[in-house]
Amino acid sequence: MSYHIVVCGSIVPDPLQVLEPIVGPTGPALKNEMMLPAVLDPWAGHALFEAANLAKNVPNSKVWLVALGPKAKLQQVMMSVAQKALFTLVAADGPASGFVDAFDTAAALTTAIEGIADLDRDKMLLFGGWQSASRGTGATIQMVGERLGIVNQFQGVDKLTVNADGSMDILERIEGGSYLTSRLSSAPAAMGWATGELPEPPNNPQVGMMNMKSIMPALQQAKPAQLTGAGFKVENVAQPKVMRQTRIEKDMSTDAIAQEIVAWIKG
Amino acid sequence: MYTLQTLPGDDVRQIMWRFAERFDLQMVVQSSRSIARTTVASLVAQGARNSHEWTDLKQELLDAFDASGLTALYMNTSQGGFMDGPKNLALSLAAFELSWVDGGAATSSLASNLALAPSHEKGTPEQRDYYMSRAVPPQPGEDRTIWRGAFALTEPLPYVGVDTGVLVGKVKVKDWKDGEEPMLQVEKRGRFITNMDFAYFVTAAVDSTDERIKGSCMITLEEGDEGSFDRGAPTMKMCHQLSSTRDPIINVTVPASRIIGGYTVVDGQIVPNFTHGEIIGSVFHRTRIPVGLMTTAKLLSAVEPVIRYHRTRFRGGDASNPGSPKFEQGIQQKEDAQQRLIDIWAIGEAGASMGFTAAREADTFDPIEREKESFLAEQGCTSARKQFAMIRKKDAETMEYIDLLFDTGRDETRFAALDADVLVKFSYLDKLLGVIIPTTKLWNTGVGAIFLREAISLVGGYGITEDCPGFLMNKWADSQLEATYEGPEAVQRMHLTITQADPVFLHLLGKYADDMAASDAPGSDGLAAGIRMWLTAMTYLSENTDADGNKLYHRKRQGVTFPMADAVGWLLASYYLFKDVAELQEKGGMNPTVAEGLEGLSGFYADLAQVMAARAVGEVGRILSELVYGFNSGADVSAFAALRAEADAKLAGVRLAKDRAGQALTQVMIPEALDYPM
Ligand SMILES: Cc1cc2nc3c(=O)[nH]c(=O)nc-3n(C[C@H](O)[C@H](O)[C@H](O)COP(=O)(O)OP(=O)(O)OC[C@H]3O[C@@H](n4cnc5c(N)ncnc54)[C@H](O)[C@@H]3O)c2cc1C
Repeated sequence: MSYHIVVCGSIVPDPLQVLEPIVGPTGPALKNEMMLPAVLDPWAGHALFEAANLAKNVPNSKVWLVALGPKAKLQQVMMSVAQKALFTLVAADGPASGFVDAFDTAAALTTAIEGIADLDRDKMLLFGGWQSASRGTGATIQMVGERLGIVNQFQGVDKLTVNADGSMDILERIEGGSYLTSRLSSAPAAMGWATGELPEPPNNPQVGMMNMKSIMPALQQAKPAQLTGAGFKVENVAQPKVMRQTRIEKDMSTDAIAQEIVAWIKG
Repeated sequence: MYTLQTLPGDDVRQIMWRFAERFDLQMVVQSSRSIARTTVASLVAQGARNSHEWTDLKQELLDAFDASGLTALYMNTSQGGFMDGPKNLALSLAAFELSWVDGGAATSSLASNLALAPSHEKGTPEQRDYYMSRAVPPQPGEDRTIWRGAFALTEPLPYVGVDTGVLVGKVKVKDWKDGEEPMLQVEKRGRFITNMDFAYFVTAAVDSTDERIKGSCMITLEEGDEGSFDRGAPTMKMCHQLSSTRDPIINVTVPASRIIGGYTVVDGQIVPNFTHGEIIGSVFHRTRIPVGLMTTAKLLSAVEPVIRYHRTRFRGGDASNPGSPKFEQGIQQKEDAQQRLIDIWAIGEAGASMGFTAAREADTFDPIEREKESFLAEQGCTSARKQFAMIRKKDAETMEYIDLLFDTGRDETRFAALDADVLVKFSYLDKLLGVIIPTTKLWNTGVGAIFLREAISLVGGYGITEDCPGFLMNKWADSQLEATYEGPEAVQRMHLTITQADPVFLHLLGKYADDMAASDAPGSDGLAAGIRMWLTAMTYLSENTDADGNKLYHRKRQGVTFPMADAVGWLLASYYLFKDVAELQEKGGMNPTVAEGLEGLSGFYADLAQVMAARAVGEVGRILSELVYGFNSGADVSAFAALRAEADAKLAGVRLAKDRAGQALTQVMIPEALDYPM
């Protein structure tokens, strides 16, 4: 038993930056988005670290990271991400912004996955974030799964345990802080991860150097993704009415923070 | 008028500092940055700096370095590292990233390497591999403790400090049986020795007190050696508290094979292959670059917190209303606040340009230096004096090589021939690095410290508190140590006294002036005049005497040579900034991310370079005028006076550049909050 884990994930602007929506020549965008530093989408990050951990514990397993994003920015982010987990990058050049149709994105990701030569679909676990920090539609992984004919799908996954008989127990978040446990007999399956249970691994340059052997060619060869945008239009983009104000508090207790949030919600 | 859209990101830095093609280095940057802005920052925020002792909290730093590959950065892959080849640029980038948050953390990351450097530079291959492979963290499955090291040169008063000749550390033969390795008794007391809380080995400079050992050497001492290995009292230092410093007292017996670089026995006498002076010369040649860049990083790190403070100064409460200039721009409405920050930024950029140039060139130099060693050894030319003479003979060809480096229509065959001549290449890089390494250490830290103080001023009373965003007060205090350890400013100025007067360097500097005169970058013609002014002053001071007939430019006359060294730092820093800006303007368009904001970046950096040039030429003019007029030499000063007038006239437009750059600061988008805890 081994797994071929395909993680779909891309980049988002560093959340500490000022994210100001504007309407540009090609539709809505974030001000200076191309120039802002980017990070791996945190939801995808959880999926990637879970995938790497699973591959480490189940011999002969393999991880691919399939990313649709602007090449140059993807490359910058890889300098950090590649040090955290062993994977093979499959890159498609295109926008990763929050203003692209999830339907288009799913189609592009599917094409990229179908192009992976040594992927064994019977062993495949499709991983990704159940949300994205740039656009929380929660739809992309679902659609990629559908397109690949993967019908066993789980969303809001926090834990995956492989049992001795090869079956898997999957913990999915449901409403009210509860979990739904499912047992799945075998791959393939699609899982949109919530936070998972693993911390972000420290950077390991040895891992990074190994990954780079495949990452640099993958980035160089990344083909422009065909995103039609047909039938999809963002009508309006605005910042939430209450302006974001970041404040740094050094010595504030958790209780005091909670109280302040409650007071703020109550207005 | 341009708009600077965002603060320069990694893509911009990679182009300017020329590592856009080096993903190994880009990964080093990311690793160091993530430690700096998490582990290091939270240690500072938790008050870990408030103790002289090496605490468990501080130990987290070393654990983080081990886990993320920084400890192994100095090693080759065969020694357990992850990259091969010279590491000057890699170590410089790591130190830069760490000191962006805390200088002491950067020192901690470098100190073990400094201890390894004597073996790395001059040790036997066995010594090198032995210590380097034990200094890497254990790999999965390995059960061993990592060996950290300390470099012990400085001694208690009245011994080694700036003057490294007054060694009191002693070595003598304890036991020497026929046909066996001699056993040596080594006594070393150190002062201010970094890493001493946990160092397993110490590379110590000692002098012989035994006629059976010739002269001085460096020798490796281990905690497990027979005798006493007292770590001594902690140094009550007021900066770099995230590094460990103590005054050790060591008295141990070790085999003679620990002498770094080995030894030969001549007529019954142990003759170390290298004196302590030769070893420290070659070690410090390189390790001073990252130290200079540490202060620089802190200057650049101050930009974002100062802008944020100014912009948000009057927000909240009823001090101002949203939408009003006072609310939106805060102190940034005021010209002086913008423009002083431009000065700080320019000094930071120029220091980075000079320091990273030095690091890159040192990477090129490392293999060439080894090639030169083996080439000269094959010729039977091994003594330092003979080697010096042999390289001197190459001066004319080296100058020709320099001419061709700047000649766009050059004879390529001739250039290739000179480029392939190891002595010519060695000579060029040696003369260049002989100046730009000490100027990186001297100028970046000394001038950097002054401008860090300016940064604190821009944050008012808050700047002087522990809560000041960006830890500016710590950074300022730390910069004083960066100016001091690994040779304080006096040592760099002494070094420059010789190297800046070298004919090959003077020729190169002349070429820099021509290069600037031919450039159309605003302010570059002023820098050309400034450089020529310095060269003219150098000739004047070398050829003339003071009113009493005493020589002016003379090794012993620090009142002349030292200010000249201060001046050359300003000029070189300004020159390399122009070169990096030109690189950005030329290559930025090829990177889609940079291309997006290139117009603004290009305009802003051009202005910054002009502001820097004006400041540099102003400082240099002031220094040189004192030297040229100040000794009543009576010789003709007209050439100098004409250049000074020309340099002044070429300041035309610089204040407009500063106006524009200052304005750009009011528009630039900065993150919501600092990306490290406070
Ligand atoms: C925190 C810390 C960590 C350190 N870590 C190490 C370490 O790991 N290993 C190590 O070996 N050392 C270490 N040092 C020592 C450091 O390198 C020395 O302090 C430094 O080299 C200067 O020596 P000194 O303090 O004895 O100064 P001195 O020799 O007393 O000089 C004091 C000043 O006198 C003037 N001066 C002295 N000589 C001359 C001259 N010839 N010409 C002109 N002016 C002169 C200069 O202004 C100079 O700055 C450390 C120091 C500190 C504070």
